[in-house]
Amino acid sequence: MRYAGIDIGSRSIELVVVNDACKVLCRFQADTGFDPMAKAKKIVNRVSYDRIMATGYGRNLFEISFDAPTVTEIKAHARGAWTLFPGSQTVLDIGGQDSKAIALFENGNVKKFEMNDRCAAGTGKFLEIMAGTLGFKIEDFGKEALMAEKGLNISSMCTVFAESEVTSLIAKGQSRQEIARGLHDSVIRRAISMINRVSSEGDIVFTGGVAKNLCMTTLLSEKLGRKVRIPDEPQFVGSFGAALLALEIG
Amino acid sequence: MKYDIMNKLQQIMEQNLIDIEQAKDRGQSAIGFYCLYSPMELAVAADAIPLPLCGTSNEPIATAEEILPRNLCPLIKSSFGFAVKDTCPFFRFSDIIIGDTTCDGKKKMFELLSRYKPTHVLQLPQSQDTAMALSLWRSELERFKKIVETQTGVAINNDRLRAAIRLMNLERGARKALMDMNKAKPAPLSGSQLLEILFKVGFLADKEKGISLMEEVVAEAKNGSFLSEDVVAGSRKRILLTGVPVGLGSDKVVKIVEQSGADVVAFENCSGYKQAFFVDEKTNPLDALAEQYLATPCSVMSPNNGRFDLLKEMIQEFSVDGVIDLTWQACHTYNVEAFRIEEFVQKTFGMPILHLETDYAESDTEQLRVRIEAYLEML
Repeated sequence: MRYAGIDIGSRSIELVVVNDACKVLCRFQADTGFDPMAKAKKIVNRVSYDRIMATGYGRNLFEISFDAPTVTEIKAHARGAWTLFPGSQTVLDIGGQDSKAIALFENGNVKKFEMNDRCAAGTGKFLEIMAGTLGFKIEDFGKEALMAEKGLNISSMCTVFAESEVTSLIAKGQSRQEIARGLHDSVIRRAISMINRVSSEGDIVFTGGVAKNLCMTTLLSEKLGRKVRIPDEPQFVGSFGAALLALEIG
Repeated sequence: MKYDIMNKLQQIMEQNLIDIEQAKDRGQSAIGFYCLYSPMELAVAADAIPLPLCGTSNEPIATAEEILPRNLCPLIKSSFGFAVKDTCPFFRFSDIIIGDTTCDGKKKMFELLSRYKPTHVLQLPQSQDTAMALSLWRSELERFKKIVETQTGVAINNDRLRAAIRLMNLERGARKALMDMNKAKPAPLSGSQLLEILFKVGFLADKEKGISLMEEVVAEAKNGSFLSEDVVAGSRKRILLTGVPVGLGSDKVVKIVEQSGADVVAFENCSGYKQAFFVDEKTNPLDALAEQYLATPCSVMSPNNGRFDLLKEMIQEFSVDGVIDLTWQACHTYNVEAFRIEEFVQKTFGMPILHLETDYAESDTEQLRVRIEAYLEML
């Protein structure tokens, strides 16, 4: 049997297909765009599967169009991360427009979770806009930030306010790399306080697209003093978890 | 039958406005209340109409924000906005307004509210178990009594007060009986039905009408009239909602819980079970009122041990599967207390809790839905 998991997020859609042995058979990714269901259909049509489970913000729309079961991204990320790193008890997921810290029971079930507020402060979208303001490509943003010797203090977490703060730092002639580092520092501070609210020890599995940012992963383990484990394809953990849950319900 | 009763309630609500208008034309006074702490008995004892005032709609908030800071609790902004826009009929009917020094936001809002309507603010103590607190509250009720007497021209004696207590006890008893229905499994009333009935009945000037309607609902609900057919008995998780008050217009969390396949079976808040108390009918009436009303377990009190006791009792009696603790944005007292509530529920019942902070706007519906669905997945 083939089990698919689709994660329809605010910024991107991921799809993973696994077999009965939980082995990944294939995966796809696309930008969500303005018509998530059309995009989702396109991706779904490219693969064959027996069962599908949806997660992410678009899950309820998908449920209506495809008559498929759904699961929240919290449970999906928890299951995906726990399967990739058996025994892990804490997950940090920073996606396009939200971030969450999840504590797990030993059996992988969700024990407690925290999510960011309604705005996109401290998420992938925040980093993307800030990279643009500073003239960096998003793929290089983390590397550039790591090159700075120190981070400049950025106090605003709101995307709109932080952008004007960054603009005024640029106007003062400050180094772009140091500004970039400061932005990463502030996102990390926020993530750490969220993690500390749910769990105080043990390794952290870092999932979501932002886990591909080298500065984020480096700073996280440095400032938290806990081991941070990064999946090979962190942005697929939610869809992988959904596929596993599709397998589980049989 | 369900629809008959809900239609009847709607008709009674419409008739209520006409009744109040006519009563006022005959010279009867109306007194507006914002908080559960001030005893409506004092109004009833002077033949005045006690009116709870609106504050559960998002609509007047934008107007309120022209004067009040945005970063303030939506309940306060909504209440104030209704007054400024003059869109709450009950505010319009009220000759005087009674407020209490509950939270900081409210007491400062009342200062501004007095520009629109004579507003009397009772000095509510911040603790409940000292002799000084009780004696202060007792003397504030004495002052409140004189305010009502001046307004109505009626001298409030002990017999009048006792009769008022009896009537209000009957009303509270009917509300309690209605809320207690949901101790049954499955809950015979959905959370939103219960909320709608409790909310609307509160506005009725004729207390007897409200009591008999609630009794009718109880009788009908016992026969299962309110149960929806598509619900498989026992399959839905039973949720207790604690924290800030909710009413029509500020019930988005209740709706999302229901849409996510669970039931809100009980409300541990001042629009719900915090009203399920009885005032002693035998002792000196003003003493009894002071003591019972001061005991209301709101987070403005420090310490607020009564809330923990009530929560424990309700979690057991309503056999709940989960607890959602709701805080309106910028409500510091409930927001801070949330940490201890979570700890308490976790320790006592080994049950996870979901703490939500939001306002009346619909903009975060999907974010709330994720949290609520994820919480239900955990249970």
